[in-house]
Amino acid sequence: MDHLEIIKLANAAAQGKRPYFFTQPDVDRLLSIVMAVTAELAVTRERLDTVERLLERHTSFTRDEIDAFRPTPAEAQARGQWHIEYLARVLRSLQQEVESLRRRADEPSAEDVARELAGK
Amino acid sequence: MQQITPAVDCAPPWTDAGVHAMSPTATHDEIARFNFLANLNKYMANVVVAGNQVAYQSRARVAYERQHGHVPGDRREIRAAMSTDPYYQMWSALRRNAMEMRQQAGRALVLRQAEQLRDRARALNRNAVTLQLNADTLVPRYQAAIDNHCMPGSYYAEYIDDDVSAAANYDVGMFATTTGLFGRYLDGAGRGVVDWLARRRPGWVPARILDLGCGLGHNTVPIAQAFPDSRVVAVDLAAPMLRYGHARATGMGIRNIEFRQGNVESLPDADSAYDLIFSTMFFHETSYQALRAILREASRLLAPGGIHLHLEQPPYHGMDTFEQFLRDWDCYYNNEPFWTTVHDTRMLIVMQQCGFADDQLFEDEIHALVDLQMPKVDEEVEDFGRGGLWYAFGAERAV
Repeated sequence: MDHLEIIKLANAAAQGKRPYFFTQPDVDRLLSIVMAVTAELAVTRERLDTVERLLERHTSFTRDEIDAFRPTPAEAQARGQWHIEYLARVLRSLQQEVESLRRRADEPSAEDVARELAGK
Repeated sequence: MQQITPAVDCAPPWTDAGVHAMSPTATHDEIARFNFLANLNKYMANVVVAGNQVAYQSRARVAYERQHGHVPGDRREIRAAMSTDPYYQMWSALRRNAMEMRQQAGRALVLRQAEQLRDRARALNRNAVTLQLNADTLVPRYQAAIDNHCMPGSYYAEYIDDDVSAAANYDVGMFATTTGLFGRYLDGAGRGVVDWLARRRPGWVPARILDLGCGLGHNTVPIAQAFPDSRVVAVDLAAPMLRYGHARATGMGIRNIEFRQGNVESLPDADSAYDLIFSTMFFHETSYQALRAILREASRLLAPGGIHLHLEQPPYHGMDTFEQFLRDWDCYYNNEPFWTTVHDTRMLIVMQQCGFADDQLFEDEIHALVDLQMPKVDEEVEDFGRGGLWYAFGAERAV
């Protein structure tokens, strides 16, 4: 199998019609792309973290040493913590929606308050 | 492994997964992709999933009541209420993507080395009488209709001769999907079974053991290790799983498992051929008819004095309806079409109807036993349907 065949086969859809969750299927498609990009940024950040840690240990190193890098438990914990904080930033809107739902339903908007404050 | 006091509950690194003779090699970025996905699953389980309850109580339930004149009464009505809720839609779409991305990451890693993995398996399996493949094994409708848990090609697709890639993909991704909760060698359920047996019948050694739907044998191995003088037969439909599983077990020095291709609804063994018959997370991938056929066959095969023990996800009876609804997600959105039915099934009643009426029936809970010293902030937070706690049911037959 050549490179392109492998990536196409890796990307293959599972048998069984895919469910779409949003009112517009385009939103599902866009979210799939956003999450794939999100993952790739995390991969790049982890690679950068690996390079930084290798630089702290050696003055130079090879690409094979990047592949062979294994974090210490403390390093793995720091990297895991980065992932969780990263996901909290990326998925911030979900947290905010829950916070908003938890407040009272008649929570005023800034426009409501602006009108209120403008009154004599 | 050094225990770290965590500031944040994160997933263990993928490189903590146990290495064995069939482990695929992974580049830095392939590892990092799994680290991202494991932490995405962790964050979803620890933070995002809980918002569904808030969205339901404060929004979806109210909207449903306004439209129907009553609040949702069961998990199906809750699903109807939630299907138009924007928070649930987003959670569902993220969860589906997490699974699809996990499949993509595993397949990309495995398929580029499919030939090397196949050759390694061939070398480990050469002339082994303990690997019994049968190309005439038919894939039943309950496996063929849809690819289980969004796994393209399911357990049995073969892209090259003697392919093992389906099993290798299953193996490499499971640690990330379960964030390590099944253990370094994914054997937490099998080890839980060993521990349960030791408490139930101290000192008992089942001489002949049968594993139904063994997959790559990750839960068969700890049983075979616990009973090294026993003969274990592990049956599965899928040749790639068996080739890989046999090679993996051989590499671990295990010689007492026969990996056999076949359908466990009907096996060639004589009556009373086994002292212990077990399965782990198997029945939810069968069907109404098959479940009953398998139980009847297990009853025929169980010897006097034997134990028949199965692990599944928790059943729905007695469970809070909102939790039922959350757990049911996998049925419709993660290609587990028998999930909802099997978890509604009263297993002990079905067992009575399928040949176990005269036996001592039991229900219990079994926890995953894992050797991974994973950082834990608090109690294990379960990502519904993916955790390491199972419902156990079965029967003891009188001597």
